[in-house]
Amino acid sequence: MECVGKSVVKIDALAIATGKPMYTEDMVTPGTLIVKILRSPHAFAKIKAIDVAGARSMDGVECVLTFQDVPQVRYTTAGQSYPEPSPYDRLILDQWVRYVGDEVAIVAAVDEKTALAAIDLIHVEYEVLEPVLDLSTAIDNPSIVHPESDLSFNFPIGLEKDRNIASSHTVEIGDIEAELAQCAVVVEESYRTQAQAQAMMETFRTFTYLDHAGRLVVLSSTQIPFHVRRHLARALQIPATRIRVIKPRIGGGFGAKQTGVSEVYAAIVTLKTGKPAKIVYSRKESFIASNSRHASQFTVRMGADREGFIRVVDIQGCSDTGAYGEHAPTVFSVIGDKSLPMYNKTKAVRFKGHAVYTNKLPGGAFRGYGATQGTFVQECTVNKLAEALGMDPTELRLRNLIRTGETSLYYKGKKLGSSTLHRCIERGKELIGWDDKFPRIEKDGKVRAVGMAVTMQGSGIANIDTASAEIRLGDDGNYLVLVGSTDMGTGSDTILLQMAAEVMKTDMDHLVIHAADTDVSPYDPGSYASSTTYVTGMAVKKASEELREKIIGQAAAILKLPPTEIEFDGIRCFHAATGAEITLAQIAAKSVVGPELHQLAGYATFGSPVSPPPYVAGFAEVEVDIETGKVSLLDYVAVVDCGTVVNPNLARIQTEGGIVQGIGMALFEEVQYDARGNLLSNSFMTYKIPGRKDIGGIRVYFEPSYEPTGPFGAKSIGEVVINTPPPAIVAAVYNAVGVRITDLPITPEKVFMGMQKNKNSAKI
Amino acid sequence: MQIEIALNGKKNVLNVEPDEMLADALRKIGMLSIRQGCDTSCCGLCTVWVDESPVLSCTMLAFRARGKNITTIEGVQPEAEKFAGILAAEGAEQCGFCSPGFIMTVLAMKKELPSPTDEEIMHYLAGNLCRCTGYMGQMRAVKTYMEVKT
Repeated sequence: MECVGKSVVKIDALAIATGKPMYTEDMVTPGTLIVKILRSPHAFAKIKAIDVAGARSMDGVECVLTFQDVPQVRYTTAGQSYPEPSPYDRLILDQWVRYVGDEVAIVAAVDEKTALAAIDLIHVEYEVLEPVLDLSTAIDNPSIVHPESDLSFNFPIGLEKDRNIASSHTVEIGDIEAELAQCAVVVEESYRTQAQAQAMMETFRTFTYLDHAGRLVVLSSTQIPFHVRRHLARALQIPATRIRVIKPRIGGGFGAKQTGVSEVYAAIVTLKTGKPAKIVYSRKESFIASNSRHASQFTVRMGADREGFIRVVDIQGCSDTGAYGEHAPTVFSVIGDKSLPMYNKTKAVRFKGHAVYTNKLPGGAFRGYGATQGTFVQECTVNKLAEALGMDPTELRLRNLIRTGETSLYYKGKKLGSSTLHRCIERGKELIGWDDKFPRIEKDGKVRAVGMAVTMQGSGIANIDTASAEIRLGDDGNYLVLVGSTDMGTGSDTILLQMAAEVMKTDMDHLVIHAADTDVSPYDPGSYASSTTYVTGMAVKKASEELREKIIGQAAAILKLPPTEIEFDGIRCFHAATGAEITLAQIAAKSVVGPELHQLAGYATFGSPVSPPPYVAGFAEVEVDIETGKVSLLDYVAVVDCGTVVNPNLARIQTEGGIVQGIGMALFEEVQYDARGNLLSNSFMTYKIPGRKDIGGIRVYFEPSYEPTGPFGAKSIGEVVINTPPPAIVAAVYNAVGVRITDLPITPEKVFMGMQKNKNSAKI
Repeated sequence: MQIEIALNGKKNVLNVEPDEMLADALRKIGMLSIRQGCDTSCCGLCTVWVDESPVLSCTMLAFRARGKNITTIEGVQPEAEKFAGILAAEGAEQCGFCSPGFIMTVLAMKKELPSPTDEEIMHYLAGNLCRCTGYMGQMRAVKTYMEVKT
């Protein structure tokens, strides 16, 4: 292949790196109103009275809105294809406020100072209610987070609002108890994973205005333009065709922007005033009033026979969706869907539990989307099982993991596509020096140890995600590719062009791409669920193939020869037998002058009945300070099977970045609250994301498989890379000092206290 | 109040509020490379040079820039492009939102430290957060760039 598989530089690289204005806030025009939100100081309350007279009469204030001024139609902000699985449990503004930071009033003024001063003039009388702040006591709590009667859902998700249950999910195959009774070794462990903030560098922001036809234009830092358009149509009660959503360059997303966080507040101001409006979230707002990874707690039972074949995996627990149910049922199901299929020697598997409502920051999408939590609880338990069996954890995995062409109980007969996971493990073992270092080396008062984990994700959502792509031949003989996927820095616009270039036998200089704008782009759900390379990529490939055939057809018509005898080499169409030929440039020029022409474009839609999993084998080497419990990560090896690597440099950076976010989850990051539900970790001073000195070395290798259903054999890379560090580092810490952390993150305190506990129990 | 600064080598008169930060004052006059990623002087995105030294413009009151030489990435485009090209060759700009501040810090480091060790590089750049790349690609790019003669 000429273009796929090359480390092509991102098409936007130089412009964005050197500071050219191309992000949402850079597009704002003079005279734009500044939108600010008054947020609830209470975790749970009902607004008894709200007085905005002072704010409204202030000079420079153009708009003040409360729940009395907005449409009372519940909707979801979750970026999901319609009908969304997430419940319609939100209003733009509600008389009930359900977490500290929930929206109480919207203010728009001529400048920021005026808007903030106006907010200070709003008087709200609250009936303060007892909040639900612990996921383990949410179900059947006397406080009901959603007491309203108009909450609805599109199809049954097991929602029982009067019990604070946002969704319920059970998958059970085989007889768990009977099979456990047959197992030679059974281990059990309970785990807690924390809420994690996506913390992309560009906070949420939106700029809105009315165009020449009075339509609402929404420029927003979003991963989901088409979903946002649909959300806004419902929330604002206007037709979707009256709305246009445009995504400029985005400063990171990681799933946070798979939820429509800021759009509606600017949009409603523009609709009410007719004026341009912008909202830019502060970092604090971004932390306290958007969404995060769902916190969870699970108990896992795992049983194996004497030969080390895993026969039972039973995972039960709940996740915390916070005040609203965005992504609640789907993140929950993914926890099981992307963990249990991996070990396919099982005779019984179960995944069961609920997503629960609490009075906390809503859960949402964060890279991994449940697979991160599922990988953590399952892989920690596999490591524990290996110890109980007296087996090397890599050997246990090699014996039990699914291989290409096999099925698993979870797949119900469907066969797995491509996988090199076993090779990933073998290679990772060599690279980290597993056989020399496992489990630990003690030297000069220092303890070093290794640990590992494996993971899978998907590539798009099977039977749901569907994307279209168009490619046009321009009058100058170059191509324009139109897609609706949303490059958020990943480089997806670039790799999609690589695919088009491959089909058209041309190079990157002859193609341009446009994305994403709901008026211009073909439909695409947006970039999430590891879908863009696989789903949009296949649409681009198919559209390009259609255009190639049309070019050949056009050449055949001009040359008056059968199309089956015409070849296209990217520059010209030619007939080998006669030497007749016409260049692409000539075809392009002829297509725009004269009567009865067919201007050439390819258009294709692709959705897949399968979601082929990419895999990672992750290996951590740590040093633990036995005096303080501090864990230093020395080395991390990730061996990745993402199918064909479309762009090695970009895939490597995706992997390194994902690994570091996983390291953050393992060692540093945690959304924390006080006893009244105030979110304490609301800045980069109190919410620690990894800095460059915190991470040690990361080494990334690829073991490409060839996925037959993917474009050029590709699967996905974006999400799978975040999943292995938490369980691998937990295992390494256990191997180092015998402390099994089951409650993330792995803080020095937990390690130190665990070591003390071990010492004390050794004395007894 | 009115202050006079030298912005990217040219004399400039700014009208600033007493409580206005330099980052906001500069954005207001079109220096849109300046981004802010935090409210607490933690992220490094807003880095500009004040008299050739990297400074967080989000926490420097604009009036304190009076009489000083302020340099933004708009003012050092050829050199910024040189490093950006190396960064892009690694694929390590990703979303690019933190890149201008990061690049201003890297360029300042190159002037300040002739042949830094890895440890010194990491120390110098510790105040520049990045959520996308995992830092390894940035480090590869910085090390390549430090060997380029300017």
